[in-house]
This record gives sequence, C-alpha cells and structure tokens, in this order.
Amino acid sequence: MIRALRTGAFHTGMSLLALLWLGPILWVVAMSTRTFDDIAAHGVGSLPHSFTLDTYRQAWTDGGELRALINSLLVTVPAVALSLVLAALAAFALSRYRIPGRRVILLLMLAGNLLPPQILLIPVSKFSELTGLYDTLAALIAVQVGFGLGFYTFVLHGFMRDLPGELQEAATVDGAGPGQIFARVILPLTRPALAALGALSFTWIFNDLLWAITVLRTDDKMPVTPALLGLQGQFVSSWNVIAAGTVIAAVPTLLVFLRFQRHFVSGLALGAVK
Amino acid sequence: MSTLAPATSRTSAAGPTPKQRRRRANRPSPLLVAFVLVPFAVESIWVFWPALQGFYFSLTRWDGLEPPTFIGFGNYTELAGDAVFRGALVNTVIWLALFGGLSVLGGFGMALLLQRERRGVGFYRAALFTPVVFSLVVTALVWRVFYQPDGLADQLLRAVGLEQLIRPWLADPQTALYAVILPALWRQIGYVMVLYLAGLKAIDPALHEAARMDGANARQRLRHVTIPQLRGVNAVVLSVIVIDSLRSFDIVWALTHGGPYHSSELLSTYMYSAAFQSLRLGYGSAIAVVIFILALAVILGYLVRAFREDA
Repeated sequence: MIRALRTGAFHTGMSLLALLWLGPILWVVAMSTRTFDDIAAHGVGSLPHSFTLDTYRQAWTDGGELRALINSLLVTVPAVALSLVLAALAAFALSRYRIPGRRVILLLMLAGNLLPPQILLIPVSKFSELTGLYDTLAALIAVQVGFGLGFYTFVLHGFMRDLPGELQEAATVDGAGPGQIFARVILPLTRPALAALGALSFTWIFNDLLWAITVLRTDDKMPVTPALLGLQGQFVSSWNVIAAGTVIAAVPTLLVFLRFQRHFVSGLALGAVK
Repeated sequence: MSTLAPATSRTSAAGPTPKQRRRRANRPSPLLVAFVLVPFAVESIWVFWPALQGFYFSLTRWDGLEPPTFIGFGNYTELAGDAVFRGALVNTVIWLALFGGLSVLGGFGMALLLQRERRGVGFYRAALFTPVVFSLVVTALVWRVFYQPDGLADQLLRAVGLEQLIRPWLADPQTALYAVILPALWRQIGYVMVLYLAGLKAIDPALHEAARMDGANARQRLRHVTIPQLRGVNAVVLSVIVIDSLRSFDIVWALTHGGPYHSSELLSTYMYSAAFQSLRLGYGSAIAVVIFILALAVILGYLVRAFREDA
C-alpha cells in the first residue's frame, strides 16, 4: 500500500517535471503552426486557433534557413571528420608508442581545449583576415578542428591506452608498420569511442555560435545557429515564423541524438569518467 | 587480421631481438612523429599561437586598422575603474553560483531519483536530456517565446493569481540576468544528470549492500557511500560547470545582448562587444585575459587530476 503510494508520488512528480522540460518545446512547435492573424487576435500566450505550415515555407526560403542549413552541413561534416581523423592519429601514436614527452604533449593539447575561447577570438579573427580565410567556411572548419582536437585526442587516448597489447604485438611481429597497425588493428577497436565522439562533436559544431560570428560576416555564409538570430531580426514580431525557424534549427541535432542516443550518452560519460 | 592466430604462434621464431626492440622504442618512426606533429601543428596554429597573441594584444591599444600600440598595463588600470566591467564581474560570479550551483544540485537530484531502472524512467531521463542537444540559441528562442509579454509565463502567473508580479522579464534590469539563467539551467540540468548517472552506475553495489547489512538507512548510505564514491565525477562536474559558466555567451547574446543597461552583462559578452562592436581590440583582450585567469585555477585542477590518473 505504502509502496504503491510512493510509486504514484514518484510518477506524478516526475511527470510534472517532464512536462516542465518538454512543455516549452511543445509550445514552440504549436506556435510554429499558428497563423499571424491568430496570434494577433489571441496573443502569444493562447492555445492555437489555426493551423498552417506556411510559416515553415517562410522561414525556409524567405528567412534563408535552407541556405543556412547547407552551410551548417558544409562546415559540420568536414570538421567532424577531420577532427576525428587527426585526433585518432595523435591518440594512437601517443597511447601505443613511447613517444618522448608524450604526456606533456597530451596535456598541452587538452589544456588548449580548456582555454576560454574569448582569449582566442581576436587573434583568430585577425589571423584569418591575414591568411585571406576570413568570411569563408574554411576558416570556420579550421578553427573548429583546431579548438576541438585537444579534447578528442584526450578521450581517444584514454580509450586506446586501455586496449589489450597482444594484437598490436602480434601485428608488429608480422611485420606491420604503425600505419597498418593503426588502420587494421586499433582503429576498428576504437569504433565505439569514435561513434560517441562523432555524435557529440556533430552537435557541438552544429550548435556553435561564437566561432561562426567571429570568423564570418556575410549573412549568406552563416550556419543555422547564427542565422537563427538573424531570422529573429528579420521577422521581428512574427513569432510563428521565428518558432518555425527554431524548430528547423533544432531538428538536425535532435535526429543525430535519436539515431545515436546510446553513443551520445556514453560519449558524455566517457568525457566524465576520464 | 584473419591470420592473427597463426601469427601469434610464430612470435618466438621471428620476433625482433631485444636490441632491435629497444632501438625502435627509443626512436619513433617518422610516420609516428607525423601522426603527433600534424594535429599538434593544427592546434598550435589555431589555439596556442593565438592564445599567446591574445596576451600580447591585452597590453596594446588597437582599433584593428592601424597596427597595435604598446601601452603596458594601461588596459588593466582602465578595467579597474570601469563600472561596466565590475558589474560584469559580479554578474559572472552570480552566474557561476546560481547556474553552476543549481545545475549541480538539480542534476545530482535527478540522477538519484532516476538511477534505478523502473517503468517510465527511460522516458523521464530522455525528457530531461532533450534540451541538451539543442543549441543555446534555440534554447534562447524557445524561452523568448515563453517570456513574451502576455506569453506563457504571464498567463501562468495570471492563472495562479500572481498577476502583480508580471513584468517585461528580459527588458527589466531587475530580472534580466535571472531570466537568462533560467533557460541556461533548463538546458544544463539534463547534462549534469547524465554525468552523475554514469558515476552512480560505476559504484559497486556490494558497498550499498554491506552498508545496508550494517543497518545504514537510505540517508546514511547516501552520505557515507554514494557521495564519497562520486569524488571523481564531482571533480569533473565542477570543472565542466566552471568552464561552461565562464564561457557562457550564446544564451545571453541571443536573449539580451547583455542589456538592458548592462544588467545581464557577463565578462564574455562584454569582451565580445568591446572587441567587435566598439573595436577596442586591446581592451577586449584584457577582459579575455581576466576570463582566462579565472578559468586557469580550474583548468589546473582538472589537469593535475588527469595527470595523476594517467601516472
């Protein structure tokens, strides 16, 4: 009896909390399907009295969300791939071989990632001007890779270090060089960690605002996160269109999360336990 | 890899002599050196070198057009007398305490409530975690809709008869900072919860069993078993929280730009507007150095721990 009561209290309390968390999201989704007239007549705090998907068309084409999403993918996909490749190479050499000074190198790389980005903003923006990369997506990819590398290397190093040594020894005896050992032995075993970091870094890079507004200026080049701020300026009081734009910007990371849910959560935990 | 088993059995016959092995151990192959150097060079170009430059720029006056002029510690003495800077510093400390403190408490509490696998727990965890995957700008816009005059927040207050509290939440200097912290918390709690769930899962159940046999009640077990066992996770969460707090920029920028009248200004937003809107690059660099110094203590703690674990 007491047990049933406690279970009931638990579920009531947690359902309320879950509602508190999901409520604002559902509210925005509902808002995105209302017409402008409905909002004008009933206010932003009212339940929907209308249904339209034209808001999505407006955000998609007039608001430039399509262009922004393409930019986001053009930045995120290469940046994730490059980060993981470079980090895996460094982590492999540092964890499986006696490179002189390996611990200092590893910690230095991690420390770079822990720096507050503010200290880098001005020099990075000036450096990209100097090299002619300013206001190009290449600059954004480069700085995302450079800034993220330290953390990815650290996590992959922890993972690779704990792999058993026998396979590598056997391959070495067979005459395989470091390149082959990396590609054929270590990398396949590192796949779970790579998947976790891939899902995490996708959302981090996709969600970034600060680096984008530091190295980009032209509206056409902005990825979806900074473009969303622009949309807010463009459709000042059209809350339905802003809501639609918000939903569009949230869907890609939500999909990655749902698809790689297990990896995603284990990735966060991986960073925590290391 | 398919020939692995036979290969292992050949070890003794074809293995390198100890001498060869030592030489290889001492001098890594050029390929391995490249494996380390290329990523290290990329990070040097985009992180280490800019960081050093950042320190130098903080000692200059610079508008971004003319070359920078060296002025020693001029920017820092100006910071000391700058009321906006002091306000931003205070706000950053408030941010650290409220955003950091409450997300740790909230995340830990949720993890305790949701650690046991039972019906519905998966859904609750997913609900709390969902905002973590959104960008802070998306979070900001979701809450901006919520805060609108006559929006959901005002409707809820009216429904419970507290309409005298209603105000322009983001435009009132009294409430702007807290109205920005709330969405940031909403997003962070699920993240901290996941970290603690991982930590709780790693605790050996035998410890709890032993404590229960000794007659410890739930509260005693929490205090004497769970919390001491979570020391490692606590250190990580603390570092993550402090670093995240000092970095916080997106959500403030998206909701208030640090206004009204700098009432929600953080060091990070003040640095950005000083550098890229007022084009005072030297002054902005000095603010960035202050942020760096605040973060340094935490980073050092984090690295010392990583170092010790690695040894």
